[in-house]
Amino acid sequence: MPYLAPINTEEAFRFLESNNPRIVAGGTDYFPSLRQGQIDDDLLDVSRLGELQGVTRTDAGWRIGGATTWTTIAHAPLPPAFDALKLAALEVGARQIQNQGTIAGNICNASPAADGVPPLLALNAMVEIGSVGGRRMVGLSDFITGVRQIDLKPGEMVVALHIPDISETATSSFSKLGSRKHLVISIVMVAAVVEVKAGKLTDVRIAVGSCSPVAKRLPELEARLVGQAVGDLGDIDFGCGQALAPLSPISDVRGSDEYRLDVVTEICRRVVVDACKGN
Amino acid sequence: MGASNPVSGIHFELNGESVHVVPNLGERLSETLRERLDRRDVKIGCNAGDCGACSVLVNGDTVCACLMPAQQASGQKVETLAGLVKDDDHAKALMERFQDHGAAQCGICTPGMMVSAVALLRDTPVPTEQQVKDGLAGVLCRCTGYRKIIDAILGVPSTLDGMGGAGGSMRRLDGIDKVTGVEAFGDDVAPSGTLEVRVVRSPYPRASFVFGDLDGWCASTAGMEAVLTVADISGKNCFGVIPDFADQPVFAEDIARFRGEAVAAVVGTPEAIRAFGPENFPVTWTELDNVTAVDEAQVAGAPQLHPARAGNLMCRGFVKTGDADAALQAADVTVEGAFSTSFVEHGYIEPEAGFAEVVNGRVEIHACTQAPVMDLEAMATILGMDRSQIRIVPTGVGGGFGSKLDISVQPFLALAALKTGQPVRITYSRQESMQSTTKRHPAEIKLKIGAKKDGRLSGFRFAGDFNTGAYASWGPTVANRVPVHASGPYRISDYIATANGIHTNCPPSGAFRGFGVPQSGIAQESLFDDLAEKLEIDPLEFRILNALEDGTPTVCGQVFSQGVGAKACLEALRPAWDHERKAADAFNAASTGSLRRGVGLAAGWYGCGNTSLPNPSTIKAGLRADGRVVLHQGAMDIGQGANTVISQIFATALGVSATDVELIGSDTDVTPDAGKTSASRQTFVSGNAARLSGEDMRAKILRHVNLSEDATLAFESGAVLVTDAGKTHKIDLTGMEPDSEGYVIRSSGTYDPPTKPLDENGQGIPYAQFGYAAQLAVIEVDEALGTINPIKFVAAHDVGKAINPMLVEGQVQGGIAQGLGMALMEEYLPGRTENLHDYLIPTIGDIPPIETLIIEVPDAHGPYGAKGLGEHVLIPTAPSLLNAIKYATGVRVYSVPVTPSRLRQAIKGRTND
Repeated sequence: MPYLAPINTEEAFRFLESNNPRIVAGGTDYFPSLRQGQIDDDLLDVSRLGELQGVTRTDAGWRIGGATTWTTIAHAPLPPAFDALKLAALEVGARQIQNQGTIAGNICNASPAADGVPPLLALNAMVEIGSVGGRRMVGLSDFITGVRQIDLKPGEMVVALHIPDISETATSSFSKLGSRKHLVISIVMVAAVVEVKAGKLTDVRIAVGSCSPVAKRLPELEARLVGQAVGDLGDIDFGCGQALAPLSPISDVRGSDEYRLDVVTEICRRVVVDACKGN
Repeated sequence: MGASNPVSGIHFELNGESVHVVPNLGERLSETLRERLDRRDVKIGCNAGDCGACSVLVNGDTVCACLMPAQQASGQKVETLAGLVKDDDHAKALMERFQDHGAAQCGICTPGMMVSAVALLRDTPVPTEQQVKDGLAGVLCRCTGYRKIIDAILGVPSTLDGMGGAGGSMRRLDGIDKVTGVEAFGDDVAPSGTLEVRVVRSPYPRASFVFGDLDGWCASTAGMEAVLTVADISGKNCFGVIPDFADQPVFAEDIARFRGEAVAAVVGTPEAIRAFGPENFPVTWTELDNVTAVDEAQVAGAPQLHPARAGNLMCRGFVKTGDADAALQAADVTVEGAFSTSFVEHGYIEPEAGFAEVVNGRVEIHACTQAPVMDLEAMATILGMDRSQIRIVPTGVGGGFGSKLDISVQPFLALAALKTGQPVRITYSRQESMQSTTKRHPAEIKLKIGAKKDGRLSGFRFAGDFNTGAYASWGPTVANRVPVHASGPYRISDYIATANGIHTNCPPSGAFRGFGVPQSGIAQESLFDDLAEKLEIDPLEFRILNALEDGTPTVCGQVFSQGVGAKACLEALRPAWDHERKAADAFNAASTGSLRRGVGLAAGWYGCGNTSLPNPSTIKAGLRADGRVVLHQGAMDIGQGANTVISQIFATALGVSATDVELIGSDTDVTPDAGKTSASRQTFVSGNAARLSGEDMRAKILRHVNLSEDATLAFESGAVLVTDAGKTHKIDLTGMEPDSEGYVIRSSGTYDPPTKPLDENGQGIPYAQFGYAAQLAVIEVDEALGTINPIKFVAAHDVGKAINPMLVEGQVQGGIAQGLGMALMEEYLPGRTENLHDYLIPTIGDIPPIETLIIEVPDAHGPYGAKGLGEHVLIPTAPSLLNAIKYATGVRVYSVPVTPSRLRQAIKGRTND
């Protein structure tokens, strides 16, 4: 089997349909998944598909090609609502991984600790999926269905992420908690996108990673924060009521379930406060 | 457009030259570069993007070559270290600065570091420290503690002094190969295409197993040349570093005792090994009950690891002096605690690797090792061959820290080479390296200490269980060393300490920088702080009050009349202790959020060399007729700098500069036994041998001209010039008859430190010298999250005489980084953290500035007064951090690593919030 690295998306779709190959782009999750010495017979390299590259403005928002690297995203000219995504981009491994790893790879790997997912959830990202049968769009929160599970049928691949229009004055932030400074799989991470008008929060979106099989938005907390004054954020109980109900953390080598629930409220508060500061 | 792009062969630009290769489909670029293009300067540490050693530049961007399909490089521009140091100005400058700072120790991460630094400097020619950290965060280093690397990239002035003798900060003599990627490590010596060996390992902690038709399987598997099992072992299927405890099979027989234990190995072509899946190997496993913790292992009915070791007790170390219980009764205050530590993985960036071939009927093994002569002895036993038929040629060692004292790949290589008659190679995957090689012993320690109101210690009772895993390895050494050292460097008249080595179905615990003393130090130094608090005495002054001095007996009854530097180390911390506490108190008083600063200190000591056992080193040298002095330096340099330090000592004794000496590295055919690189003994023991060898050569030269000891020597082509009292005599070497090795004058020195056996109460002379240390840590704790941000270390180390102050600093910084890892993040869990993303070692962002205070209390036994250092450095680090946590939060933590989760839980327990 030849190594297939097409430049035309339709050709990639046809190969997907006929051979059901594994897909490689940045290789940062692909190679570590291989058994020692293993080589796949069928491999589709999507890194040369022009349609999968780069960040562009569309009529309805922004489009990020699936094979766009984290380094490209971190340096793309984007409004402040994307700062959370950019901060996350700079916490995906280190430079090497950021130069290689791609945004579609991150969501398709479907790790509960995927760094890109919380900021994308907070941006209401949609996933563009393509195959020989055509294209379809699905919300990111529906696309990742479980640990290492995604809504992708045989013959399909992720082509791009779409971020719907968002206010130019919305701001955002991201924080990742780990046991060391770099190259760390997070214990908890939080992304927040907010809009502040006249000192009050008018739009709040909070997403938490590493605390459930799939990163989750916290709608009850978001609703509670809308209308609050930024100056009062220190006094609000971020864990009140059912705010954390979407989360179901596990205990693992990185931290206990109890710990995750304990610190997630504080991190949410810090990230929201930080997001309110804007640039 | 739209045509498919099937690539069979690819072209790309490699270090400025166009290359064409035909990689396998989806082959890692790292493999293509190393095996098809001979770019062995690209190192492999993990094959998972976790370590960054394989970093190369693709179109100027740093990438992990292990994560890129070679085909993606098609048409691109690829640069590796070897190319950069030839053509890139940043790389050329870094090459010098890395050497000026000793930023490369073992050198395995250096290509990744330098390549990443080039990318950084191209973007940011004058980076800040934070930019350096961000730029290099993707490359792990286990030796240096990163600070010298940061200094080299920032271009801070170096401390080199141009001196080439004992006491001079000089560049490493072997540094140039490390900063150019030329240094050949275990996986770098085999020719491409060599037959490969893959080990078949137990997937269970304890299991019985039965092989199927091995011959049939081998014959029917394409490219498979041989299967190795116990049937191939002509000697004894048993090895162990301590003869009385040798218990580990090369291949388990009938029962595997830990997950990852070898039961067989296959030998085949690279293609066959690539296609090999252990699940297809004809072996049937039956999982059996197992024990993994020391308490489980000691209950009645627990699975027994070794029939002769009842209750899974491997051995017990014991030291007793005075009456500890009576003294504790009489004490005015007592403190006690139960402490626990985890398995710690050595985490060297170079997995075990090597190459072997049969040459004229002798088997030659090239592999990374800390102990070539011990390897030779083990292989003679296993192979049932005379030692003369085996040659051990150590490769570069990409970090060892104790684990590469034990044999690993050597028997598989030798057996495979002998069985196939062909050259063979092996490289452990990161996972099998972590599964199968030794670890630091987890410890369960109970300790009670008392003191009188005046602050004098009164009673010390220590009991520790050390999880020694499935086989003995260096467990007996740990059990024996701990009771000798558990007192710390203090005067304790009434003392009892036991340390049990307990077998479990875990990987063998062995030697790891400090041999159990870092574990006991955590308990002792933590409780010393608690004791001082109860006594309302300053913890530093409390330690100084009780510190050992010249003339006071250790807990073994050993009385040093000189050379005890414990107090000097502690006293050196006084200014920092005062200043840092004031700063922390001011910070805390002003802090309105959840941040608290803390300052902690701890001391430590460590006996250099074997405990009450013979421990000789021999260093030989020769003077060639051409006037070159050649040093046969067999003390393994695993990054710590023995090649340089031993040469500096030899050169000083001879009366020349170390740069005048030609080095011959370790090889059992050509270098005499300089012992193992272990127990912080090389500077002390082999250093003494080098001194004696240098003095011997000097005396022989002076004898030729009958001049006084004050004469100076100079070597020129074919002659030695000896100058005394203004007169120069020329010794013409060209007319002298060279011996079989080409030497006209040869010298040798052997040194064995004077020790005496310990009696049944551990009383005696365990070591000829100890080294001493005291460290201070400043940290910031975020109480709301339980996270710890180390801010600064001040480390005072009594090295007797710093033979090379720059290398001393490198050892201190690297040891602190390992101690910090042990304290805050490292926890090896068999089956769960068998890679470098679940098992965390410190990154460049985790190590704060480290101020090294070199204390020189000379030791009469040490060469020019020098003492060992390597292991001492990480002993005080973990307890200094634990004491800083207590200072910051009021919480005493009893188990390490103190992960954020654990610290937060402890903090919540304090405040009930």
